[in-house]
Amino acid sequence: MLTYTDFLLAMPLFSLTVTVLLIIATEAARVGRARFSQFLAITGLLVTSLLAGLNLRESGVAFQGMIATDAASSYLTILLSLAGIVTALVARPYFEHRDAHRGEFYILLLFAIIGMVLMASANDLITLFLGIELMSFCLYVLAGFERTKDKQNESALKYFLLGAFASAFLLYGIALIYGSVGSTNLDAIARAYAGISNQPLFLLGTAMLIVGLGFKVAAVPFHMWAPDVYEGAPTVVTGFMATAGKSAAFAALAIVMIRTFDIGGSTTADVLALLAAASMVLGNVVAIAQTNLKRMLAYSSVAHAGYLLAGVAAGTAEGFAGVFLYLTAYTVTTLGAFAVIGWHERTNDEGTSLDDYVGLSQHQPVIAAVMALYMFSLTGIPPFAGFIGKYYVFMAAVRADLTWLAIVGVLTSAVSAFYYLRVIVMMYFRERDGEHIPLPRIPVMIALGITAALVIVVGVLPSTVLQLFMPAM
Amino acid sequence: MIPYAPLIVLFPLVGFLLIALAGWKYRSERLIGIVGSGVVGLSFALAVGVLLEMAALPSDARSWSVDLFPWIDTFTGTAGSFGISVGYQFDQLSILMTLIVTGVGFLIHVYSIGYMHGDEGYWRFFAYLNLFIFMMLNLVLANNFLLMFLGWEGVGLCSYLLIGFWYQKTFTGDAGKKAFIVNRIGDFGFLLGMLLIFKTFGTLEFSAVMSGASVMTAGTSVAFWIGMLLFIGATGKSAQIPLFVWLPDAMAGPTPVSALIHAATMVTAGVYMVARCAPLYALSPDALLVVAVIGGVTAVFAATIGLVQNDIKKVLAYSTVSQLGYMFLAMGVAAFSAGIFHVMTHAFFKALLFLGSGAVIHGMHEEQDIQKMGGLKKYMPVTWATFLIGAIAIAGIPPFAGFFSKDEILWYAFSSDLGSPALWLLGALGALMTAFYMFRLVYLTFYGKERFDHHHVHPHEAPKTMTIPLMVLAFLSIVGGFLGVPPALGGGHIIEHWLAPVFAPAQRTLMLSAHASHTAEYILMAVSVLIAVGGIYLARRWYLEHLDVPDSMAAKFAGLYRLLWNKYYVDEAYDAAVVKPIQRLSDAFLWKVFDMKIIDGAVNGSGWLAQTAAQWLRKVQNGVAQSYAVIFVGGILVVVSALLFF
Repeated sequence: MLTYTDFLLAMPLFSLTVTVLLIIATEAARVGRARFSQFLAITGLLVTSLLAGLNLRESGVAFQGMIATDAASSYLTILLSLAGIVTALVARPYFEHRDAHRGEFYILLLFAIIGMVLMASANDLITLFLGIELMSFCLYVLAGFERTKDKQNESALKYFLLGAFASAFLLYGIALIYGSVGSTNLDAIARAYAGISNQPLFLLGTAMLIVGLGFKVAAVPFHMWAPDVYEGAPTVVTGFMATAGKSAAFAALAIVMIRTFDIGGSTTADVLALLAAASMVLGNVVAIAQTNLKRMLAYSSVAHAGYLLAGVAAGTAEGFAGVFLYLTAYTVTTLGAFAVIGWHERTNDEGTSLDDYVGLSQHQPVIAAVMALYMFSLTGIPPFAGFIGKYYVFMAAVRADLTWLAIVGVLTSAVSAFYYLRVIVMMYFRERDGEHIPLPRIPVMIALGITAALVIVVGVLPSTVLQLFMPAM
Repeated sequence: MIPYAPLIVLFPLVGFLLIALAGWKYRSERLIGIVGSGVVGLSFALAVGVLLEMAALPSDARSWSVDLFPWIDTFTGTAGSFGISVGYQFDQLSILMTLIVTGVGFLIHVYSIGYMHGDEGYWRFFAYLNLFIFMMLNLVLANNFLLMFLGWEGVGLCSYLLIGFWYQKTFTGDAGKKAFIVNRIGDFGFLLGMLLIFKTFGTLEFSAVMSGASVMTAGTSVAFWIGMLLFIGATGKSAQIPLFVWLPDAMAGPTPVSALIHAATMVTAGVYMVARCAPLYALSPDALLVVAVIGGVTAVFAATIGLVQNDIKKVLAYSTVSQLGYMFLAMGVAAFSAGIFHVMTHAFFKALLFLGSGAVIHGMHEEQDIQKMGGLKKYMPVTWATFLIGAIAIAGIPPFAGFFSKDEILWYAFSSDLGSPALWLLGALGALMTAFYMFRLVYLTFYGKERFDHHHVHPHEAPKTMTIPLMVLAFLSIVGGFLGVPPALGGGHIIEHWLAPVFAPAQRTLMLSAHASHTAEYILMAVSVLIAVGGIYLARRWYLEHLDVPDSMAAKFAGLYRLLWNKYYVDEAYDAAVVKPIQRLSDAFLWKVFDMKIIDGAVNGSGWLAQTAAQWLRKVQNGVAQSYAVIFVGGILVVVSALLFF
């Protein structure tokens, strides 16, 4: 029986679906051009985040237990919509510059967000899988959006091949868990967890889930795709993948591992801690050797997956809160950084190398300043968002007796300062000899303004943000 | 008005953001001046409204606190958690300080419109000034130590920025750095005190800490150390011995800054902090004694230096240090409301004197040496009249403002259970010298022969935006004291009455006995008036009538004169005892051995390691999807075997 409440709880999903259908219809009827689709997409995303905002203080299960809405999922819906809005803002100048601005970009973008929202509000492994696949297929296509470019084709194909490989393991894991519990419903699994958590069948299923989701979040050793795909994909898509994609996957991971499984202190937590440590070390160390900014941020995103995994490995409500706060900080910061990179990139894909940023501060002081802000935030320097995220995640780890992991985290953060601050050194302490790049167009400026403001707001008012998704804390 | 009270803090922030973000582009002096002064004026108006409504409430309902939003929240409810809000406390004390900060602040903003006219950094100046007011309001209105600390550090930052405002000059930059570094030493004490408070009481909220203090046993060493550590912070911010050395140098900044930050408001932050923590200090009479002695000694010490200085602003700077000493003397003898009263009257007359000196400097084409002035009375009559009023007020001639507040402090220093004749003597000595050096300044500047070069200098009166604030402050310097007429003179002492509920818990803990008879009070009052008149008379004789006396005195007591002229060689002593050894240590060991060999070695070593590892790991990333899948499978094996077999 569907009830009125079901629809209320799923309102954001409906508004996204309606928006995407509208865009398809107008595109098919050739009513508007791509610009109109962009306008529709941004409007739809704004409405969605508004509806999700109204749902922030609601919680409940809808559609026969398939999806669950609560403060955390509604909050994540807002965050994902924000990522969508920023991406849509940046996309038009980026693609128009390359004669590749087409309406289907926004269709794919919104479908991907629908998948992500499904992941964040999944209350059943099947819904989760559905969300992941919906998101992934859109991202595969988006990664090769400019289909005449070899590099993007390679990127899309690699992502697709390895993604399909990972999905198979994920599905296999779901099947194994169904085999041991007799249900794919997360509530049912949570109830059965204490009794079966040591069964080999269930553990094998858990392992497969970790593998499948580990691929999506780009954790070591399932990260190999990330650098190639991030570098090859159009920069706006990279920014979206690295932030929204990771956020949704981490939300799913946190919901399954912390809310459903209650892994605190178990071997599963230790395995996640191990992956976390490996990601932090490898991501940060290899990032040092990168000369391309997109590739550097790809490895840095592997490292950030490590920090986030530390929160998941803690397995506590504090860890859950830490993950969500970190996702917020990481998403706003990285989106901004990719917006800058997208602006700086030339049509022939040049201009993403570190050397191209030499002396940017003399040339475009405002852009250099916001880029420096993002880099400080990614390094984790107070009072910016990145610091707060790291603080909460590490504290959760320490309180869950994973002090060693927090120490690894802090040390690798120090390593990361090297390559983040190098960008600032390049921008501020070297003489400019590169070409003149005009100021970004208004939409990009708006995107930079939003993200830069949020980097500061989240850093200064973490408690206010925390209370949005954790009313009890 | 009361529900909107937190907006008092917000207005200057808005002003700061507007001017900082748009000012550099739209360099309209008119607009910047109006916005900059307007926001502070709005805050002042709102604060007056809040005061009026507060006064209408019964006296036990005049204190409330508003939590605006949680600031830092580390999972409250669990053990060792720490939660703090951005919240403001409105009570009799904080609203009084707010009125001083916004009221005097507003006048000085208006004055700056004229004073800074034509300056390249006009917008920057007003942006900093608004930021300062915002930070200062956070300091006085905060309802917890951490937010107060934010304000405390914030005003320090603004002070640094404004002292070094003309950063093109090396000297102003150095003065800014000196102020910042010396203040950091004090701030470190404040920080440690704050940590000790958190360790002792488990919270940083004022109300919780103070109610915790009221049930603690007095005389414990914890109470003493909390008091001492916080007082170290106060000696830095409020320029007391031993950390006063930054304030005279801080005069390198623009004169409105000296008036606002280094005379009327920021430097009194330490006094306010001690008053705010009165219940904590009440737990430790030893700590109060230290406060009183440091205050009294500073009052005399700084006044002696002021006797011989020739820079008009330097004299006022040492005078400020000396007057702050009086305020701490009051705090030390538990005369909290008398100290706050003096904060208020001092804000009036010292801001007036500084702004007056600014008008003189302005009119004399940036000349600050009083030996090169003289006879300015006829060129700048308004400045002369107002400056004279300020000088009379600070000297302590009744019925001007300074008389009432200073006399009350001297009376408590003598009569309080925590006071003593020795403390009174320090205060009285300081008062004598204050009257003397202030009128030395007046006579050398405005009277006597014109000692400046008429070909190059054409003294002129300041514009209206500068003279009107002077007149307002002069008026306040005359009447401000009537708020605190003691019962002995038939007054009601409105200030003491108003502040009594704030200091009641501290007074309960201290259990001081009632005052002695009025007779003693009358005698002391007469003595202090005589002292003031004596000081003025001496100055008149030496600097107006017998001009040869100072030189012959200087020759006669050459050693003493040199000592005072060189400010007791304190800067030199600090240089030799602290700065030089640290420099040598950093140069010979920290830099050449520790930094270059050990730190750099470790950094370069780990950097080399990371680089090498990265180059090697990079090869794994060969771009071939099949090999990625192989690594993927390896990962699966690791995860599965870890889960199943461990």
